[in-house]
Amino acid sequence: MRWRPSPEALRLALPVMALAALLVSVFVMRPNVMGYNGLHLLFKLGIPIALATLAQMVIMSVNDLDLSMGSFVSFVACVTATWLVDAPLIGALMLAGAIAVYAALGMVIAARGLPSIVVTLGMSFVWAGLAVLVLPTPGGTAPGWVAAVMGARPALMPVGIAGSILIAVLAHLLIMRSSFGVLIRGVGGNERSVSRAGWSVLLARGAAYATAATFAVASGITLVGLMTSADANIALRYTLLSIAGVILGGGEFTGGRVSAIGAVVGALTLLLAGSFLTFLNVPPDWQIGAQGMILILILALRLLLVRLERRGARA
Amino acid sequence: MSLLRKPWIWSFVAAGLVWFVTIMATGGASTIGLTQATLTFAAFSVIVGTGQMFVITLGPGNIDLAVPATMTLAGTVALKYMDTQDALILPGLGIAIGIGIGVGFVNYALIKALRIPPIIATLAMSFIIQSAAIATNRGLRIKPPDAMADFTTGLTLGIPNVALVALGITGVAWVVLMRSVYGRQISAIGQSLPAARMAGLPVDGLRLATYVLCATLAAVCGFLLACFSGGAALNMGAEYLLMSIAVVIIGGTAVAGGDSNVPGIWGASLFMFLVVSMLNTYGFGAGVRLILTGLIIISVILLASGRQGATR
Amino acid sequence: MTATPLLSVTDARVRFGEVRALDGVTLAIRQGECIGLVGHNGAGKSTIVNVINGGLTPQEGQIAADGAPLMHWSVTEARARGLRCVFQELSLCPNLTVTENTRLMHRGSLGGWGWRGRARAVISAALDTVFPGHGINPAATVGALSIAQRQMVEIAMAFSDAGIAPRVVILDEPTSSLDAGLAAQLLDHVRRFVGQGGAVILVSHILGEILNTATRIVVMKDGRIAAERPARAFDTAGLVAAMGSTAKAQARGTQGGRDAAEVLRLTLPRGLPFVARKGEVIGLAGLGGHGQTEALVALFEAASPAWWPARDPAVTFVAGDRRLNGTFDLWSILRNMSVASLPDLARRGLVQAGAEAARGAEWKDRIGIRTPDMGLSILSLSGGNQQKVLFARALSTRAPVVLMDDPMRGVDIGTKQEVYDIIRAEAAGGRTFVWYSTEMDEMTLCDRVYVFRDGIIAADLSGDAISEHAILAASFAGAA
Repeated sequence: MRWRPSPEALRLALPVMALAALLVSVFVMRPNVMGYNGLHLLFKLGIPIALATLAQMVIMSVNDLDLSMGSFVSFVACVTATWLVDAPLIGALMLAGAIAVYAALGMVIAARGLPSIVVTLGMSFVWAGLAVLVLPTPGGTAPGWVAAVMGARPALMPVGIAGSILIAVLAHLLIMRSSFGVLIRGVGGNERSVSRAGWSVLLARGAAYATAATFAVASGITLVGLMTSADANIALRYTLLSIAGVILGGGEFTGGRVSAIGAVVGALTLLLAGSFLTFLNVPPDWQIGAQGMILILILALRLLLVRLERRGARA
Repeated sequence: MSLLRKPWIWSFVAAGLVWFVTIMATGGASTIGLTQATLTFAAFSVIVGTGQMFVITLGPGNIDLAVPATMTLAGTVALKYMDTQDALILPGLGIAIGIGIGVGFVNYALIKALRIPPIIATLAMSFIIQSAAIATNRGLRIKPPDAMADFTTGLTLGIPNVALVALGITGVAWVVLMRSVYGRQISAIGQSLPAARMAGLPVDGLRLATYVLCATLAAVCGFLLACFSGGAALNMGAEYLLMSIAVVIIGGTAVAGGDSNVPGIWGASLFMFLVVSMLNTYGFGAGVRLILTGLIIISVILLASGRQGATR
Repeated sequence: MTATPLLSVTDARVRFGEVRALDGVTLAIRQGECIGLVGHNGAGKSTIVNVINGGLTPQEGQIAADGAPLMHWSVTEARARGLRCVFQELSLCPNLTVTENTRLMHRGSLGGWGWRGRARAVISAALDTVFPGHGINPAATVGALSIAQRQMVEIAMAFSDAGIAPRVVILDEPTSSLDAGLAAQLLDHVRRFVGQGGAVILVSHILGEILNTATRIVVMKDGRIAAERPARAFDTAGLVAAMGSTAKAQARGTQGGRDAAEVLRLTLPRGLPFVARKGEVIGLAGLGGHGQTEALVALFEAASPAWWPARDPAVTFVAGDRRLNGTFDLWSILRNMSVASLPDLARRGLVQAGAEAARGAEWKDRIGIRTPDMGLSILSLSGGNQQKVLFARALSTRAPVVLMDDPMRGVDIGTKQEVYDIIRAEAAGGRTFVWYSTEMDEMTLCDRVYVFRDGIIAADLSGDAISEHAILAASFAGAA
């Protein structure tokens, strides 16, 4: 029997190769980033973006989409920079409450058959409003322990890279390896047969939303640790970035096909793409546009890959 | 009592209530001013909302997120081209409309060719359009031609001109939706795409036309808004992303598609602007305003799903 | 045969609207037997299977397990008692691996640390027993497996034991995507399983499988059990005869001449070609799901543009699955009827209300839609009348070819007769009908019948050659 790479490996290969290619191009253009400090700066924001992308990935694994990710992470950042510093217990309770709201949303969406896009769109207003109420003007400070963790300088590699790897491994264990992760992805893949086997799809969806919210909370906290202050708009672009990261990392919009490691790689690739475009002297005007084109390009490549995969399966 | 059974009546009732409460706060001093401001600002939401409504009518998952970027690009390019000259107003409008048509075509091309959900296709597209707008604008704020500035800020018989334009557009939209073959056919698509296809409708052509229509209305709105506010700003479309969707849903159009509602867009747009001015009048900040907007959208969806559940 | 039945159904009756799907069926499943269940479309096979596996509660009748009557019978209860079912549709999660699917299917018994190893052991053991030398890697994603491999995993899953041993296994067309060697392995296992005291219900359209594997054969017809005998008391001819009804000659018009103009052609990758001529009524027969609907959709897609409006429609379609691709539930009866011919009813792009109402009134009378007002919701109509609306929608277009996808499903006999008359009249007027039906009587109304089996046209019958026996023989492999 001839060895053939599994479809999962093929799917992961695309984002990994994109990341490697970007990294090499950045090194060629700017050899001085090759050191510890250069890499530190390059991947500084990797941890919060990776976490937000994983949060979106969990929502997408049950065939939903969260358009409030950016404003939710912003809200968490605002709570972290204020309450979590001044009154840690109340701050922690607020974040726990937010996770509970997510779980409830997941179950309401499932029970009433609502479109997740519209519900989360409405929630994006709510989180944005709460963020403004918590922190009306940019400011606040990072809790000491968060700043300490995010400011650490591990021996082998910068904290952005080390943290991303750690997060990817943990998320992989939870979503890809545990019974719980199998259940969530099973709901995305074939809800009917999962419920026929005796599981409660409603609870599974609620749990998926709670898990996503937990990742998003972690994203907001680490973000404040890096920026040392917060504002109500700090993470608005995470909504789009997280969706694009999941897709880039080999995830699909429907069918429960996601990859935790892929999502983290996808998030880092998008992060690096920003720096790459700057180094490439793409005028800042076209930076957002270039991101849009990258997204389209990725989706086109993906379609090609799926076609090849199908042809392979038929042969 | 048949009027009470129309889903759009509630948005008007709500708008009337909020209007009354706001007037009370000021002791009736600003009645005319508030009404005119409301009509003006509602008009812009109405125009983009109408386009968005046609897209939402196409059924679950259909949504155009490129609306704000299209508004900005159309406003920016048209104003730059007109360069404050009154003689170039019509060609300028033509350019805005052309941009809308082009964006709509590319939107649907992406949806169809890449087989991706409309939300992602229009999102990616909006990035590109936004960049194009930034590149055209370069931070310059070009004033609109005087005639256009006067027209968009002026009144006719005490009613703001932009409100009259919006009224005209919604009038046509209503006829198209209720009486035309096209309106009937997109309602069919929204109820069931497979059934519409098997009834022999040219579904791809109809969906393409709808995305083009939506982008065109957004472009026209961007053109008017840029003239109204004395120049195109790069973030001028931003608030219309969520607003265009919110007014459609609050106005009683079914999120699940197939059942759309033109008068409701007016009620909802008036309501949304009045809520903002009421909260401002009573001294509430942006935070409360945003939260309330979100909660209104969510409760309207919940109520609508309950209504459907009851009749099923 | 004195042992207490593992499971028994007594006098079960199920009605779907006007249709009696089960009309008093009594069936007992005992240890150590394999029941072969055969019958044509609509005979009640899948209904009785659904009643047994807990998916459907009969309106009347009793279910007993291990001799004790049950008040509450559900899928979960059935699974807990060791009943397993292999459905024709895919019931695995295509995005998960075989091992992960095993974990989900055994909810209570595989949790905790190291579940992966245990799940892998369970499914590997089952695969090795049923399909020795299967070559399926339990770590492979189900979506990446071939259709045959998926089917093998589904079957192995049903026979797998992770705490609750399988006692009764229902196999619904289990060999439909397996090749001969794999099918033989499966049937060997069924015999082994039965020999060890298990019980199997086997539904198949391949009569050889039934005759060679089953210990007892149950023939169903019209929601009843038509014959029930030990397998050795049957042979192929006997089975086909038992499935059919006493042959009754139907009046048949033969307006569609063999030499009339050809209006449609469809080239299928294998099997006989499809050709339709002007004025012909062509039947598509065979067991459900053997490629008839796909052929109709292919014909439709080829002749109906998706990007621009057709000036003169070439084909029109009558849906059988009203909920999926037939009715527009938010609309009135009139709008549902007129949707396919709106351009004909419009002037300058606007639908003319008067013309639409007149067209509606004309067809309301012609096809007999029983409603006081065409402005009422389509959902106010009975299923049969909704179906008439779909007929009116198609027939009121100018299209010369009408494609019909089993349109009489769940329609009462009176309505059927009325529609048959209209079809004959329209065909006499030069319209062509391509008619997929799962009902035998309707095929005998056609000028010509294509019998489908396994996605290809297996037989082309015309004129007096169209008979229930000929269609049954062509539908079941090994009976021709």
